[in-house]
Amino acid sequence: MMDLSLIAENAHLFAQGVWVTITLVSMALAGGVLLGLPMAIAQSQRIPVLGRLAQVYSYVFRGTPLLVQLYILYYGLAQFEAVRASIFWVPLSNAYVCALIAFTLNSAAYVTEIYRGALLNVDRGEIEAGLACGMTRRQVMWRIIVPQALRTSLPAYSNEVIFLLHASVVASTITVIDILGAGRTLNAQYYVVYEGFLTAAVLYMAIVAVLTLCIRWLERRYLFSKA
Amino acid sequence: MAVLLEYGPLVLSGLETTVLLSLVSLLIAILLGILGAVAKLSRHAVLRGVGEGYTALVRGIPDLVLMLIIFFGGQTAVNELGFRTGLWDYVEISAFWAGAGTIGLIFGAYMTETFRGAYRALSVGQLEAAQAVGFSRLQTFNHVILPQIIPLALPSFTNNWLVLLKTTALVSIIGLQDVMYNANQAGRSSQEPFLFLILAFFIYLTLTLVSDAGLKLLARRYGAETR
Repeated sequence: MMDLSLIAENAHLFAQGVWVTITLVSMALAGGVLLGLPMAIAQSQRIPVLGRLAQVYSYVFRGTPLLVQLYILYYGLAQFEAVRASIFWVPLSNAYVCALIAFTLNSAAYVTEIYRGALLNVDRGEIEAGLACGMTRRQVMWRIIVPQALRTSLPAYSNEVIFLLHASVVASTITVIDILGAGRTLNAQYYVVYEGFLTAAVLYMAIVAVLTLCIRWLERRYLFSKA
Repeated sequence: MAVLLEYGPLVLSGLETTVLLSLVSLLIAILLGILGAVAKLSRHAVLRGVGEGYTALVRGIPDLVLMLIIFFGGQTAVNELGFRTGLWDYVEISAFWAGAGTIGLIFGAYMTETFRGAYRALSVGQLEAAQAVGFSRLQTFNHVILPQIIPLALPSFTNNWLVLLKTTALVSIIGLQDVMYNANQAGRSSQEPFLFLILAFFIYLTLTLVSDAGLKLLARRYGAETR
């Protein structure tokens, strides 16, 4: 029933898809931490206005489907002449860039929520010890609170990594040829139903399996031995 | 504003599909979640294996990939089977049931973890105490386990429901006329995609806000800790 030779012949298509998915997700994760960490700090330190803004941002982006956010960016903004005439049009007319922006903004919202909780849960004794040693508040923040929070939030953050990988499949709906995009292309080209999707499923499962191993190693390394 | 009046009702009419699909999916997820939790907590290795396999599979394959496999592949598989065995004629799997089935299957795995985690949080002493006073297994479940599992499972249950609600937007890709699909159509017909996608954005945000408030109220009633 399955035509394996068809998959083999189009291996390059899937290889390209794997590359697109991995680069897209990695860059979005990096951007998510860069944007999310400051927002989490602003929120946990109750910095006026900024903390509140971070809270609203995080809630709104976590409370709406990524698909809607992606469509607004890719289809919605193109409606405005002002956008099409501006310098932003070069990146915004590119589906890959739109997906990257949407995933980054989305990941930042989850990172904000994850680290906010982790920052607030850092042991008060450690903070007091830091202050007692004569560290400034800034030093306590960057040398004690942030590293501890990064460590303890590892399980929650690993979940976010896998969630973003899963969520990244919507890129294929705006013409990006990621892993699912490769599968859909194959199916459409040869009028088949299983080959493309099942290959995509297997590839995603393989990536999740590798990620799970990496996460286990990291958790063992940084979280003591927890089952 | 005239376009909003013209196409607004179309977008709002998708709300019925979105809400109905969410509720049906939730019901399937709860049923599968209970079965999954029972399997994972079972003394039989085979059942535990099935439970583990189920949650690992869902953690490995992205939602949309699974949905496309079930919608397109499932259709062909069911008919192939019917044709070969001669048991049934051509059947069509509707987008609604493919969507509800997939989302139910995925969130059933998350619910499995929710229920299993809540059960594990109960102390063994309580179960032993119930046994000591001569409760039957059914009585133990109804009077000891259930009342305590509900508040323990509620935070994670709430989280699952909020994610599920957003996931339903994916059914627009298989042609089901939910809020997302109709917003996209309205945007195309009116040449104002931004307006209608933003409308969809706020409809989903409202659904999130309403569910969040409702479930927090429920949590307070059951005395569960709210964040």
